[in-house]
Amino acid sequence: MTTLDVKADFPILEPDAERRRIIYLDSAASSQKPRQVLDAVRRFYEVSNSNVHRGAYDLAVRATKLYEEARCKVTEFVGGYDSRGVIFTRGTTEAINLVANSWGRDNVRAGDTVVITALDHHSNIVPWQMLAKQQGAAVRMVEVTEDGRLDLEDLRAALKLRPKIVALNYVSNALGTINPLPEIIPLIHEAGAVVLVDGAQSAPHIATSVSDLDIDFYAFSGHKMLGPMGIGALVARPELLDEMNPYQGGGEMIQEVGDEQSTYADIPAKFEAGTPNVAGAVGLGAAIDYLNDIGMDAIHEHETGILHLALERLSDIPGLKVFGPDEERAGVLSFALDDIHPHDLATVLDQEGVAIRAGHHCTQPLMRRLGVQSTARASFYVYNDESDVEVLACGLEKAKEIFSYAA
Amino acid sequence: MDVRELYQQVILDHNRRPKNFQLLDGASHRAEGYNPLCGDRIEVYVEMKGDVLTDVSFQGSGCAISKASASLMTEAIKGKSRRHAEELFESFHSMVTARPGEATKKNELGKLAAFDGVREFPARVKCASLSWHVLKAALRCNSETVTTEE
Repeated sequence: MTTLDVKADFPILEPDAERRRIIYLDSAASSQKPRQVLDAVRRFYEVSNSNVHRGAYDLAVRATKLYEEARCKVTEFVGGYDSRGVIFTRGTTEAINLVANSWGRDNVRAGDTVVITALDHHSNIVPWQMLAKQQGAAVRMVEVTEDGRLDLEDLRAALKLRPKIVALNYVSNALGTINPLPEIIPLIHEAGAVVLVDGAQSAPHIATSVSDLDIDFYAFSGHKMLGPMGIGALVARPELLDEMNPYQGGGEMIQEVGDEQSTYADIPAKFEAGTPNVAGAVGLGAAIDYLNDIGMDAIHEHETGILHLALERLSDIPGLKVFGPDEERAGVLSFALDDIHPHDLATVLDQEGVAIRAGHHCTQPLMRRLGVQSTARASFYVYNDESDVEVLACGLEKAKEIFSYAA
Repeated sequence: MDVRELYQQVILDHNRRPKNFQLLDGASHRAEGYNPLCGDRIEVYVEMKGDVLTDVSFQGSGCAISKASASLMTEAIKGKSRRHAEELFESFHSMVTARPGEATKKNELGKLAAFDGVREFPARVKCASLSWHVLKAALRCNSETVTTEE
């Protein structure tokens, strides 16, 4: 059973004369935006647009207030330590790169170890590989189990290397696996490491408290949680950020600029060089309001309902194989059908108006371990319902019919 | 457009049972192609005698479009002169990238005309043309990996 009925809030999902109906099942890549978010962004540009933190005039005061309100909303939404510990970034990728470049360069030295996992997205792998290469440190990748869960035994083994940092996701974008952070994070801290959690797939779907979970760095993107593209945040312990060097230099992040050297602003401004994406932050704030109105628990229940419905309906299709764990998974369904290539599946489904993702999902280390080059992936969000699952299933049956013809 | 116009019978057949799908011992030219978007990889082997492509084969993994395209390509160019193969590439490429209503050399392409429907599916043009790009790289005596992102 699915419980939410919010499709009408999403203009892009409305069929019109020129456009076919869209069954959007690729929210793990990017979510659609409700009218409330689109309106907030538009309203900002229409009535409050100006640069922040500098003008003495009313518009600038208004823009600054909206920007800082958005920071407070983010802090509350993810249970951050305080709003000084929320840095606006372009998204998850930039937030992780910020930590790798700033915290990483000062704390990871030759001979040290950085722990990453085979369940992670390239954006939480490559920055650490780059850092390790620069610093002469080692990268240790934690293995996954056959059903796509993090191998906790292997994590324990990796922690024996006394790594400086462990970077892992909360929810896998490729499989939907939910990592047991309450169990894992104390182990990481006991081993003396700092933890960075990629929250790109958790922030949109799971009520999270960064401070309750004792997360040191938490990165997420606005565009996967109904917000605009190009805005996201790094949520961190303020005392860690205080000690860190700036990531980028420029306006906004300084206290005083001398001829030879400068002093830096306090956090969060220290990490927000240049004109920020104010409209994006305002849109993200509106997305958070929208999600809070529905309630994160209701969203999780809705998605779990659709996931189980889909798992059941798709199990009727012979030759369909689902990747990932049976339990503890978010609304992500990675699958293969017979020996049909995922791109061919995606093309057939696209003709039915169904948008799924086919590919390696920026998780090539995971794909290698699953023994595939790519998978087909359907991912669900607030606007999906039973009928979407049925259209998906019928599309897959059609693909099966087309490709079995030559058998 | 119906998706069956893309997945024509000849394409489905060659996907299921690709021709010349093996390593070619004694190949004088080879190249590898890679599509970073999907992770698909293909290798094309050519045995040249003088100016003639006396034998051609391919290996790798990919979607139905890319596999069938590679298979049909090897059939089409085997025994042909290098120049003829390059002309086929030009005709094939202009067919799969033609805009609606634009004239193509479909009629000169024989079985390769089965890929005419690809132009209606812009996301799949790279799949159809990958093996041809790899062939071109092989004939340049280029042993590096070509990608669809060139």
